[in-house]
Amino acid sequence: MPVMELKTIMMKRGFFGMLAFNAFTLLTVGNAFAGYGMGDDRQMGMQGSATPIAASISSFHDMLNWIIFSITIFVLALLLICIFRFNSKANPTPSKTTHNAAIEVAWTLVPVLILVVIAVPSFRLLKDQYTFPPADLTIKAVGNQWYWGFEYAKDSGNIKFDSYMLSDKDRTDPATQPRLLAVDNEVVVPVNKVVHVQVTANDVLHSFTIPSFGIRMDAVPGRLNETWFKATREGIYYGQCSELCGKDHAFMPAAIRVVSDTKYAEWLAGAQKKFASTSDESPRVAAAK
Amino acid sequence: MAYAAELNSDHDHAIPTGWRRYVYSTNHKDIGMMYLWFALFAGIVGGLLSVAMRLELQEPGIQYFNGLAQLIQGASPETAMDVGKHLYNVFVTAHGLIMIFFMVMPALIGGFANWFVPIMIGAPDMAFPRMNNVSFWLLPAAFLLLICSMFVEGPSGANGVGGGWTIYPPLSTTGQPGPAMDFAILGLHIAGASSILGAINFITTIFNMRAPGMTLHRMPLFAWSVLVTAFLLLLSLPVLAGAITMLLTDRNFGTSFFSPAGGGDPILFQHLFWFFGHPEVYILILPAFGIISHIVSTFSKKPIFGYLGMAYAMVAIGAVGFVVWAHHMFNSGLSLATQQFFVAATMVIAVPTGVKIFSWIATMWGGSIDFKAPMVWAVGFIFLFTVGGVTGVVLANAGVDRTLHGTYYVIAHFHYVLSLGAVFAVFAGWYYWFPKMTGYVIPNWIGIVHFWISFIGANILFFPQHFLGLAGMPRRYVDYPDSYAYWNKISSYGSYIFAFGIVFFICGVVYTYRRKELAGNNPWGEGATTLEWTLTSPPPYHQFETLPRITGSDH
Repeated sequence: MPVMELKTIMMKRGFFGMLAFNAFTLLTVGNAFAGYGMGDDRQMGMQGSATPIAASISSFHDMLNWIIFSITIFVLALLLICIFRFNSKANPTPSKTTHNAAIEVAWTLVPVLILVVIAVPSFRLLKDQYTFPPADLTIKAVGNQWYWGFEYAKDSGNIKFDSYMLSDKDRTDPATQPRLLAVDNEVVVPVNKVVHVQVTANDVLHSFTIPSFGIRMDAVPGRLNETWFKATREGIYYGQCSELCGKDHAFMPAAIRVVSDTKYAEWLAGAQKKFASTSDESPRVAAAK
Repeated sequence: MAYAAELNSDHDHAIPTGWRRYVYSTNHKDIGMMYLWFALFAGIVGGLLSVAMRLELQEPGIQYFNGLAQLIQGASPETAMDVGKHLYNVFVTAHGLIMIFFMVMPALIGGFANWFVPIMIGAPDMAFPRMNNVSFWLLPAAFLLLICSMFVEGPSGANGVGGGWTIYPPLSTTGQPGPAMDFAILGLHIAGASSILGAINFITTIFNMRAPGMTLHRMPLFAWSVLVTAFLLLLSLPVLAGAITMLLTDRNFGTSFFSPAGGGDPILFQHLFWFFGHPEVYILILPAFGIISHIVSTFSKKPIFGYLGMAYAMVAIGAVGFVVWAHHMFNSGLSLATQQFFVAATMVIAVPTGVKIFSWIATMWGGSIDFKAPMVWAVGFIFLFTVGGVTGVVLANAGVDRTLHGTYYVIAHFHYVLSLGAVFAVFAGWYYWFPKMTGYVIPNWIGIVHFWISFIGANILFFPQHFLGLAGMPRRYVDYPDSYAYWNKISSYGSYIFAFGIVFFICGVVYTYRRKELAGNNPWGEGATTLEWTLTSPPPYHQFETLPRITGSDH
């Protein structure tokens, strides 16, 4: 992969090569070697996108990066000009200019225009995130200290299970079970299907997120928040609790495995047997406390 | 007349000496000095907490906090790991609260504003000198309560408040039933009361005690910034006080403002908190804007470019700052329409902020700039604040915030505007006004070397945190997946460099005090035009016994 070669070449040039490479990556390739479902070593951009929404977030963020890098470099350039042209050696007599209406109007209006340019795709993205297509599957994610409980709705398999982080001694295969991310019971969903996720909590605030799906929703006791995703790429996607919830805040990941329809049907049949004893009619929220 | 005689005899009082001079002080300069030393002390405490956190995060896994838990909280070896994880959250919480309430605010508002607002507007002292004393002495009490909270039970089996500086319920109510949270809440109450008293004092002083001819539109920009800040404090802190009082009654008296079981809502607290919390971040940065304006103008030997635009940009930032709070809550379940409003309102803030940045540059443009230490810090501030500002524009977009909220990207953003912004301005102000405050010259090379250590350290510390955040690493994590190891290690190295800069700074200050080179009234030359440079260094115990008369339009 040419990008990786470039990375090696630039890294050989030491810190500044790495810096140049960083700028290059941030501006041009974005997700070129970003991990899907979890961060990749030394990654500098967002995780790979597994849903259309995540892809829109990523491309909108790339656009924002162009704008903010340009603004920062513009400000830096102006400062450097001041430093080299207007220091007391180069310019012993200061001017006394204190007003210039035209330029003051310009530096008020140009930022407004830039913001309008940002606002158009921003509002489109926001609206897309809140336009829920009809659900193929509805799953409820319930935050607890310190694990996620998942409930597939009655018309979506009607199962219910808890999902705990695997401890170091339970991780038999470190390659497929990354530390702090792998869980005992993964959520499994079919690829290319619209999944609605209802999010709530039993005890304190938690926040449910899968970065590769571009979703994040706070889990709030007494509220039922809702978000959705449509994963278009098979694989395993991790997310970590994102609202401070106590001592094991860093140790309650969520894992969603996206599989083909047939594999999903197999998994569901098995899961319905496996979790039969824990699935019951009483809603979990009422059972708490 | 008896009244007049009493007034006159007041001027003949000998300057109080010893502890009485400070404990009973009603003198704005002495109180300002105490605020500055207090801020330095609190900053060291808060800084040590952050270095401990960076040390822990240098490698994946938990290496230090389990030991710390045994060392400072007496945890048994079996419980050390669990207590240690909580202790990390305690450090996160204390670092935030200390840096905001006990370092930046006391330094900028209590310290520099107390010192220089009365002098700049030609007033002999603050409007309410005794209230000024109370404002200061409430702070150590508040600090003590916060420190106490680290040594009493929070959640069962562990000490201290681990709820983050935002202290969201239910983690701050049912989640941590022990008295630690109550101590912290009372500490916040007292710190808040201190700030409200200070705000009242500044507003009254600025509105009523300006010297003849010192109209509002001739007033130096630092005084303008403090005026706007004081209004923000006065309007926002009572809301925090209300919110944490509701927390207190939820915890202790069976109310359920924030408990869904009793018909309350945890989200209500977030609205109240951020109605305070967002103006609070402008409270931290506006006085910094004021300081930077003075330094840029002084060392460029030019008056401020677009003075009125600069003053009203701060007023605009303050006003709009009150209607953007829910951008801290984009993922808590707000409706689409609400999010759209707060996205738009938040982006509007970028406009007056841009006016400030460009006006500073325009002030430098065409100037004859001396790059003395304060100016170097100020230029560093302008650049780094720009970097923090533009990532703020990214986060303002709720659609992107979906991915970045609660990650290290946010940490990087607000440390660029506060740690590399507000704190750089504190140091800029320190090097700028130190000769005036103490009468001693602080050698230029100390400020320059300190700047470069800090500039390099802080960028290595915070820039990689953007990458961590983009890659998805959440905030307030004592341990992280192995793929985040590389940038965390780099970030930790930056933290040690920055901390070394602070040690260097302290040595520099001690050296300066021992060196005792006298500064003279105006060490900065023709560009320093505000009233403080017309006085001796240090200024007399009571300045302006005859009020100055302002005629020109020097700002």
